[in-house]
Amino acid sequence: MIKAERKPLEEIYNMVKGYSSILSVGCGGCTSVCLAGGMRETILLNKELSDCFMKEGGKAVFSVVVTERQCNEEYTGDISDLVSECDCMISMACGVGAQLLAETYESKPVFPGLNTMFVGKDLDVGLYQQNCRTCGDCKLGYTGGICPITCCSKSLLNGPCGGTCLDGSCEVSRDIPCAWNKIYERLKAQNRLDNILNIHEPMEWIDKGPGILVQQGYESRYMKEEKK
Amino acid sequence: MKSGSNLEKVLSAGHFAVTTEIGSPRGSDISAIKKKAEYVRGRTDAVNVTDCQTAMVRMSSISVATILIQMGIEPVMQMTCRDRNRIAMQSDIFGASALGIRNMLSISGDHQSFGDQKNSKKVFDIDSIQLVGMVKRLRDERKMLGDDKPIEGEIPMFIGAAANPFVPPVEFRALHLKKKIDAGADFIQTQAIYDIKGFRKWMRIVCDMGLDKRCRIMGGLIPLKTVKMAQFLQTKVPGITISDRLINRLKGVPGDKVEDEGMTILCESIEELRSIEGVSGVHIMAIGLEHRVPEITERANLYPRPVLN
Repeated sequence: MIKAERKPLEEIYNMVKGYSSILSVGCGGCTSVCLAGGMRETILLNKELSDCFMKEGGKAVFSVVVTERQCNEEYTGDISDLVSECDCMISMACGVGAQLLAETYESKPVFPGLNTMFVGKDLDVGLYQQNCRTCGDCKLGYTGGICPITCCSKSLLNGPCGGTCLDGSCEVSRDIPCAWNKIYERLKAQNRLDNILNIHEPMEWIDKGPGILVQQGYESRYMKEEKK
Repeated sequence: MKSGSNLEKVLSAGHFAVTTEIGSPRGSDISAIKKKAEYVRGRTDAVNVTDCQTAMVRMSSISVATILIQMGIEPVMQMTCRDRNRIAMQSDIFGASALGIRNMLSISGDHQSFGDQKNSKKVFDIDSIQLVGMVKRLRDERKMLGDDKPIEGEIPMFIGAAANPFVPPVEFRALHLKKKIDAGADFIQTQAIYDIKGFRKWMRIVCDMGLDKRCRIMGGLIPLKTVKMAQFLQTKVPGITISDRLINRLKGVPGDKVEDEGMTILCESIEELRSIEGVSGVHIMAIGLEHRVPEITERANLYPRPVLN
C-alpha cells in the first residue's frame, strides 16, 4: 500500500497561516492504515496548528472530515457542504488524493499535509519499507521475487555494480543488503540461475504525463477516451 | 581491428598492456591534468579519464579525453550510467567518436549519495551491460538502440567494462563477467587487486569458462601511499581486500619510506599478475602518484612500450 508521512508542522503552518477557516481532510485508505492521515492524525494536526495560530496571535477555525478514499471522486464529492464553509483545505491523503480534492473543488486552495513516500510493506506497526517503484514493467518473475528497480540502489537490471561490499552490503549503506547478491542466492537455491545469465534488454520506461490504466474487460467502455 | 586504438593493437598483438588513469579537475583549470599527462606520456598504452568519480562534479571525461588527444596521448573515456540517459549517452558517444576517442569504459558509477550533489536524481536509464551492448550495436551494426535506420558515420570504439573479483560469491562475479563479455566487452579493467591469491582463484574460474579467450583482462592496481590510505581502502572501499599482513608491512617501514614500500608492493604485484594465466595487462590507478608511473613501468619491466602501426 501507499506509505506517507506528515510534513513538518512549520511547513504546513506556513502554507495555511493566511486563512481563517481550515478544513483538514483525512483519508480512510492507505494513509489511514499507515498512521499518517486518518481521523486520529488529522485531529492531532488541527490541534497543533491551532496552537501555532494562538502562539503567533492569529485566529482560525478548524474542522475535520475523513473521506472513505480520497482517490475516488465519489467520495471526495461527499464533503461539498463542509468545503463550502472553509476557505482552504489540508489534504491528509497521498498526492493522488490531494490532487483529486483540488480538482473536485477547483476554487478552493488545497495544501498537502503529507509527503507521499512510497509503495511499501509493513515491517512492524509504524515501520514500513519501500518495495515497489510502480515502474509498470514488473521484473520479479526473473529476479526471484526481489525487485531490482527498488531494492538495488542503482536500479540495475543485469546484476550488481562494483559497489557490493565484502559483507554483502550495498556501497550506499551497510544496512542495505546488495539486492543482486540476494537475487543470486535465492535463484540458486531454487535452481533457477539461468533466469539471470542472459542479458536483459533496456527497460521500456513509460514516462510521459499522467499514465492511464484501463483494466482488462473495460476496454470497450473507455475506448473513445483512449483514442484521444 | 574494431577501433584501431593503440590499446586494441597492443592487446591484439599479445603484448602485456599497461593503462593508467587521470582524474578530471574540479573546475575549468586543465593545468594539473596536463602536468599529470606529461608524467605518463609514452609510459602506458592508454590513459583512462574518469567520469565524475565518487559522484563529485568534475570536468566531463569526454572533454579531458579530447585534451589528451590534442596532446598526442590516447585516452580511455570512462562513462557511467549514473548521470546520462540513453539519449545523452549515444549523443556523447557520437561526439567522442568524432573527436577521435577510440576506447571507452562502461561502468555503473558511484552512487550520487557519495558525492557533492547528494540529493541529485540518479539516472541509470540503462545499466553498464546494456551500455556495452549499445556501443557494440553502434559500432558493429551502425544502429542506435531501438532504431534500425543506419547512423551517419562510424563508431570505431574499443569497449571496456569493469570487474570486481573479490566479493563473495566469487562464482557469481565470474558469471557476471561473462554477461559483460556476451554484451560485447573487448577488455576488462578490474577493481584494485591486493589479494593476489584471491584473484588467482577468480581467474581460474574465468579461464575455466573460457572468458580470457573472448576478452582481454587487465588487473587493476592502486599504489599504497600511506598506512592511512591502506586502512581506508581496507575498510571503506567496496570490493577491495587488503590483508592485515600487508598493512603491517607498511607499518614496518619508517614513515617517509611508506610510499616507496607501496611502490615495491605494486611492482611485485605486477610481476605476480604477469604470471597468472588469462591476464593480459595491468591498469595502474596511481591516484596522486602519477609522477611515479615512469618509475613503476621501468622497475616492472614494462618500459619501453610497444609502438605499433
